[in-house]
Amino acid sequence: MTMIALAFDGLLALTLIVLAWRTLASPDLHQAVVLLVAFGLQLSLAWVRLDAPDIALAEAAIGAGITGVLLMGALGQLADSADSAPSTPGPGAAIVPLQDESQRQHGTGPRVLLLLLTLMFAAALGTAVWQVMVSSDGLLPAVQAQMPASGVAHPVTAVLLNFRAYDTLLEMAVLMLALLGVLALSRTANPSWPEPSPVLTALARGLLPLVTLVAAYLLWRGSHAPGGAFQAGAVLAGALVLANLAGAPALPAYGALLRSAVALGLAVFVGVALVAMSLEGALLEYPSAIAGGLILLIEASLTLSIALVLTLLVTGVRAGETS
Amino acid sequence: MTPALLYGLTAVALCAIGLHGAMAQAHLLRRILALNILGAGVFLLSVALARRAPHLAPDPVPQALVLTGIVVAVCVSALALALLRHLQADIGRSALPEDGAATGTEAAGPARDA
Repeated sequence: MTMIALAFDGLLALTLIVLAWRTLASPDLHQAVVLLVAFGLQLSLAWVRLDAPDIALAEAAIGAGITGVLLMGALGQLADSADSAPSTPGPGAAIVPLQDESQRQHGTGPRVLLLLLTLMFAAALGTAVWQVMVSSDGLLPAVQAQMPASGVAHPVTAVLLNFRAYDTLLEMAVLMLALLGVLALSRTANPSWPEPSPVLTALARGLLPLVTLVAAYLLWRGSHAPGGAFQAGAVLAGALVLANLAGAPALPAYGALLRSAVALGLAVFVGVALVAMSLEGALLEYPSAIAGGLILLIEASLTLSIALVLTLLVTGVRAGETS
Repeated sequence: MTPALLYGLTAVALCAIGLHGAMAQAHLLRRILALNILGAGVFLLSVALARRAPHLAPDPVPQALVLTGIVVAVCVSALALALLRHLQADIGRSALPEDGAATGTEAAGPARDA
């Protein structure tokens, strides 16, 4: 490893640790959220340094982009409800004991103990990592042996949508469950975004077609190069959230059309799984002649559903239409 | 010091920071931030372990699993934040009752007199 590469990696590793520490140690919550977004972006660089461009794309779009907007929206809503707190306490306040303590709510003893336990954990895990970092092929030879039968040319896509397609199917179900949970808990409809500036509106108007094109390209590219459904869906979600922030909600009301589109990814995936089971006898075992086409079909519907779910997680549904 | 080892040790540090924060912080939003950092540490460790053979291509299986993990992590964050909003609307503060009220510049609810 060259000296410059080592220096860069060392600096990046140090930046990650310092950003993580400052995120949790900063007294201002807004600063903490911004530091976490910066941490996500630095982490994308780390993924590139570890030869994981698929993850770098997803981390930049989801980890830094979507999570950042999510946290800032939540921060705004927490501040709002604190200012407009009702004079009569809610149902849970009657049983809450009064705790008139400052931020340092634990004594010194428990804090030192917690720090010691954390250091012990870090030492144990660090030793284990040191000992396990011997050169190892892992599952690479097994994957490469099966690549011709997978239907795609990119190993990560083959693993995601063919060899371990079951995990991806369950992940889509997790996405839908999270959306159901968030919608069930929503009391206020949308976070209160500030009035968009003309610069943001003009920028959004110019960017949205381009970003949609990039998302479509990432989807198509996933079969032979880093890309695929998750990256495309995350980028598309970023575009839809940007449209929301610029004052033009891009999604229709939460009616039958939107619900069908959200459910489409999982439905198509389960449908293909059942068809494959009836044809080949095992769940999600694609007939090798049409494996590529099936994967593209699944990825296209997954892109749409992922984009819609991530957008709805951030923006909520139109006021008064959750049911 | 290969990149895999360097990022592996960084991942251990991130896991420790995140774990400590998740336990020690009183304000629930900070706990959510700490859990995000813990998740990032775990993902970094997995991908570093996938890079143990520098002369070969990286192992695609941990990379695919981490890709799944990132999407699941954002879902967890979204659901946790919705629960936090619900909790604050109920009891008026952003910390659990046994952890005391968060004060200062935190966006917590007002303290109540018994």
